Amino acid sequence: MTKSQSAYSESSSNESIERHIMVVWVDNEAGVLARVAGLFSGRGYNIESLAVAQVDDEKNISRITIATNGSFSVIEQIKAQLLKLIPVYKVASFKVDDKSIFRELALIKVKGDKKNLEKAKEICNSFKAQYLDTTEASFIVELNSTRREIDRFIKELKPYGLASVARTGPLAMSKGAETTETNKGKVI
Amino acid sequence: MVTALTDAYMDSIPLVCITGQVPTHLIGTDAFQECDTTGITRPCTKHNWLVKDIKDLPTIMHKAFHIATSGRPGPVLVDIPKDIQFKKTEYIKKEDVIKKIDQAEVIINNSEIEKIVELIFKAKKPIIYSGGGVINSGDKASELIQSLVRMTGFPITSTLQGLGAFPGDDEQFLGMLGMHGTYEANNAMHDCDLMINIGARFDDRITGKVDKFSPNSKKIHIDIDPSSINKIIKVDHAIVGDVHNVLDKLITVVKNKYPNFKNSNKENISDWWKQINKWREKDSLSFSQGKKTIKPQYAVQRLYELTKNQDTFITTEVGQHQMWAAQYYKFKKPKRWMTSGGLGTMGYGLPAAIGVQLANPGKLVVDIAGEASILMNIQELSTAVQYRLPIKIFIINNQYMGMVRQWQELLHEKNYSESYSEALPDFVKLAEAYGAVGIRAKTPDELDSKIKEMIKSDKPVLFDCMVEQVENCFPMIPSGKAHNEMILGPKDEKEMKISKEGKVLV
Repeated sequence: MTKSQSAYSESSSNESIERHIMVVWVDNEAGVLARVAGLFSGRGYNIESLAVAQVDDEKNISRITIATNGSFSVIEQIKAQLLKLIPVYKVASFKVDDKSIFRELALIKVKGDKKNLEKAKEICNSFKAQYLDTTEASFIVELNSTRREIDRFIKELKPYGLASVARTGPLAMSKGAETTETNKGKVI
Repeated sequence: MVTALTDAYMDSIPLVCITGQVPTHLIGTDAFQECDTTGITRPCTKHNWLVKDIKDLPTIMHKAFHIATSGRPGPVLVDIPKDIQFKKTEYIKKEDVIKKIDQAEVIINNSEIEKIVELIFKAKKPIIYSGGGVINSGDKASELIQSLVRMTGFPITSTLQGLGAFPGDDEQFLGMLGMHGTYEANNAMHDCDLMINIGARFDDRITGKVDKFSPNSKKIHIDIDPSSINKIIKVDHAIVGDVHNVLDKLITVVKNKYPNFKNSNKENISDWWKQINKWREKDSLSFSQGKKTIKPQYAVQRLYELTKNQDTFITTEVGQHQMWAAQYYKFKKPKRWMTSGGLGTMGYGLPAAIGVQLANPGKLVVDIAGEASILMNIQELSTAVQYRLPIKIFIINNQYMGMVRQWQELLHEKNYSESYSEALPDFVKLAEAYGAVGIRAKTPDELDSKIKEMIKSDKPVLFDCMVEQVENCFPMIPSGKAHNEMILGPKDEKEMKISKEGKVLV
């Protein structure tokens, strides 16, 4: 490729792109999710999945978990930008390594004839999926695992009447006694 | 409103915008004049609020002013529905609200300061690159940067927004840097071995091509916004904090460690100054003023000479005239220069001049304008007349959107698309129609007396300065080039070729 001669910089980064899980603690107030999601889209960062729920009723704090990818400097920039948002308390990023736990929940509906359902149940049993609803023509299972494991599970079920899939996207937490300290810069 | 907010956001200007909304019970129904104001302005404010309960209003208003003015300043917006506007509530004192916001001071890392002082001590080719953060940090920051420059003997250059923090007519000042900066400032940035960035953000109009940006220097970055550090240019040392706090510490450490630093260091950087003076000899801001038509540079230069002895406030619109103002008007004090940098908003200068005049009654306020930019907000001339604000609008009239034309010349084979104005109003008559004073200057001979007439007037003045039409803004870093590859004038321009790839992304 010919090198651009532009006055603007080009993306000449040689850094490797990695998957990161960003965890953002925010005030649970109107528009906060739009602020966080808007920051990602506005600055051209990717959101692979997003999970959010209130985690502290007293302090009214929600925990937003976003799976994204980027180079080290991009992830640092996302963190710095997130910390500038007024309702954000703290931000942590987790990499897929042995220092953190990742979990994702999937609900999966399978429908079909008896023969296919039998086959599908065999697969579900081997993955230790939990049955939540069973009828003559269908069943719903729950699987609580890593993204890769759920991907594999879905792939195997596909030929036997996979009808509907719902996934939460990953949640992340650091291993051991460590928790994330407040790292909000004191500057608003 | 979105333009104004984005402008303030990019240039770190504190701004509190209060808007009216339809009554709360009608929100979401597509009611008459309903608009999702907080939704639209979310990405261009530091924070915004929709007030749904009157009880929240005192808290929100205090927070709004606090957030707009603290840290890296910026715009905020408070949207107040009609029914809330009619309600009453108990007032809450500011102190009861703000103390709840985390106000702890940024702790400045002392060991980082020590390391920086060592670099300052060792540097053979240092340069200080200061920006709008110095102005925003307050007058004390400007005083401190002056003492830093004096005590080190280092050269200093400034961004567009930083002009005025250091006196523009000083020997140690190299002029503005960047795309239309001086030859000496840009070459010094390229060749330096130590760059001290104080309150600037490595904007792309400053850096030019990033991978050719100051390749051999250690870089220090002082900024209040943590997200500015390592965003564009990786630096060796960074200190997050308010400029005046950081400089205060830095200067104290230098003073204690190296008393009489300037004299002891003179030898160390004398070759550097020799080199800088060689670059200076190029005289990159020179132009030749003939007898017939007024050169735009000459117009700004005369305006400067005739106003420099009084405390003058300059605002600008956006385009060539803005760059000429930045190059030829020498600011001696901070907060005398109001211009739209980050967003480049045409139409900024007239409303800005009105605000400046209101805040500084009795002072001379001049909007250096272009004939195209001024028409973007010309209706505000009636505001100036209505409030008897004697602002002076100095139009550099070349009948072109000059900067657009300049780029069409450089990159589009002179395919002048929508950059020429064939149907301009008669600005003298326009001024009179508004109840302001209209003055026109056509030749270099009459320029001085007309400018004096403008300054003397106690009314708003629209000054139509007819200038050389095809003059371009130089010196210039062309697209895809580094700081040491500037073109100095029209002669260079012909020889210079911008590659196909370079044209696309400028």
